[in-house]
Amino acid sequence: MIPLSWYLILAAALFGIGLFGVLVRRNAVAILLGVELMLNAVNINLVAFWRYGDVTSMAGQVFAIIVFAVAAAEVSVGLALVISVYRRRNTVIADELDLLKW
Amino acid sequence: MNFWNDPLKVAAVWLEGIFTGWGMDAVFAHVLVVFLGVFLLITLLMVLDIFLVWIERKVVARFQDRIGPNRLGPFGLIQPFADIIKLIIKEDTTPDGADKVVYNLAPILSMMSVLILWAVVPLAPVMLGIDLNVGVLFVIAAGAIGTLSIIMAGWSSNNKFAMIGGFRQVAVMVAFEVPMLAMLMIPTIFAGSMNMNAIIEAQSVWFFFISPLAALIFLIAAIAELGRAPFDLAEGESELVAGFNIEYSGMKFGMFYAGELLHAFTFGGFWSILFFGGYRFFGLEQVSPFLAILILIIKAMLGYWVIMWVKYTMMRIRIDQMLGFNWKFLTPLSFALVLVTALMNTLLRGADSWLFVTGMFLSNVVVGWIALEIARSVARKERERVEGPTKVVEAHH
Amino acid sequence: MTGEQIIFLIVALFTLGSALMVVTTRNLIHAALWLVATLFGVAVIYALLNAGFMAVVQVVVYIGAIAILFIFAVMLTRKDLRDNTPQTNKNWWGGALLAVLTFAGLVFTLQGWSGFSKTAAAVPSGFDAISQLGDQLTSPAAYVLPFEVASVLLLAALVGAVYIAFNKK
Repeated sequence: MIPLSWYLILAAALFGIGLFGVLVRRNAVAILLGVELMLNAVNINLVAFWRYGDVTSMAGQVFAIIVFAVAAAEVSVGLALVISVYRRRNTVIADELDLLKW
Repeated sequence: MNFWNDPLKVAAVWLEGIFTGWGMDAVFAHVLVVFLGVFLLITLLMVLDIFLVWIERKVVARFQDRIGPNRLGPFGLIQPFADIIKLIIKEDTTPDGADKVVYNLAPILSMMSVLILWAVVPLAPVMLGIDLNVGVLFVIAAGAIGTLSIIMAGWSSNNKFAMIGGFRQVAVMVAFEVPMLAMLMIPTIFAGSMNMNAIIEAQSVWFFFISPLAALIFLIAAIAELGRAPFDLAEGESELVAGFNIEYSGMKFGMFYAGELLHAFTFGGFWSILFFGGYRFFGLEQVSPFLAILILIIKAMLGYWVIMWVKYTMMRIRIDQMLGFNWKFLTPLSFALVLVTALMNTLLRGADSWLFVTGMFLSNVVVGWIALEIARSVARKERERVEGPTKVVEAHH
Repeated sequence: MTGEQIIFLIVALFTLGSALMVVTTRNLIHAALWLVATLFGVAVIYALLNAGFMAVVQVVVYIGAIAILFIFAVMLTRKDLRDNTPQTNKNWWGGALLAVLTFAGLVFTLQGWSGFSKTAAAVPSGFDAISQLGDQLTSPAAYVLPFEVASVLLLAALVGAVYIAFNKK
């Protein structure tokens, strides 16, 4: 049988890789890819706790479905913003989008 | 359980007995038998695919008032084999600057997304690949993989026409998934489950008679998902050369082409399972699973024939007209239909069978009528805005 | 090592490997395709956790919509067709350190919890997760309010995304 720790370690590792992607990549779309990895890691955690806790109470799965909806909304608005920025400033490198810097 | 009632289980047990007799581990033997079953199903499907090419060419010929291939073999039956041999011996090109891994992966993924659909198709009451309790949603998931393969094909060809064709096709496929998903909810509401077998068991009256509008919208959305005419702007020859499969030659193109035909046949099968009773035919399916498979194949062929009929009769629709049709007409209509169906199902739940069928049928007709009236008035306003009000011509006595 | 454990290890290695490729590859389209592989691995993990509905919804929503959106966005925001500029910024060692520290911190904190290594109880027979999930999502005593708020959120995101990305000519 698979102990719960394996799923939690997998989710933590995926979260760490996503965090690395967010902090280190230059392209704005690649940063959003890292955010997606982090959201998936959270979802794995939620579903694992549902399964290894009380299976009849669906709170874990309901929470995970709401996270699906939130992730979809965030990706669509984020990518729309990136496309709109690209049209104006002709770049999506995060370092070059610095008009608000003092 | 003898062979005629449950052939697959008898064969599986016999084979497992042979394998464990050779000294194999029991679990390993079971896995091997499952693999052999999958291999058998895929082989039968690919052989069926070859004959679908023949059926397609003969049917299109009859629609166009000609005979079709009739030189090779009786009635041209050897023609598809000649086609396959031609495709195999053609040169296998890869365009310069194309992304090799993605380019070669796309036709494989496209064929895969069609073949995995058959894992949830109930061939007979006891013959089912996997008895998933989300079988209906699995269809959409397989369609999602197909969508991905098309955009991979369009992008990796390093060709502007391929990319535009791929974009358009994916936009259409993602758009028409919404009414298809809503219409898949209607058999789910009636059957109380997403399980394919449960939906067929609940069809003592075919769902087509209970909810014809749902069957119609599902058919339209399925034809758009397949990328067949009248929704084939992405691969019409006069529009975009060949859309996302411009740069594919030889057997890779054959995979896209044959995959599309098999996909159309599969969706004919799903249309018949969801709305026409699947393998049920007045109790004949209880006699033997082979009869059930035959009934399902006949119904799937009839569904496939309807899809071909639509393809060879109607004109191609422009991409903005397609997307406007989906987002402005089909999606609100399908949501309204789901609401009305759920409401009527709750109201009529304990009622007599005839009352249920008649009530649902009338509610469908009413919803369709209202939708058409709204569409007509919107079209009339648009026309009057463009051309001016229609003048009433007075009759001369 | 039971069969289930072997399958879990293979799927977990595949998922983590694809995730690493997502954050390190230079070609952004390849990164999006590796994301598809990662999402597929996560769907298999859900299936291992007896959450079949979640697995299928993961494929439909993430791979069928979000990954395709990423591919479209990458294609619409490229200046030239070959990306060979370095993809990591100059503080990549700081980011790597922080990621490793986060992972270590999470594992260390969870290790002190008593239930860390518990094994799964069997699913009660006849338990239909989907109908239970539908009940919970629509019953007023359960989670219907978050469900409705999520739908309003999606509507706002839809309208907002169309408005922001609209190409006014």
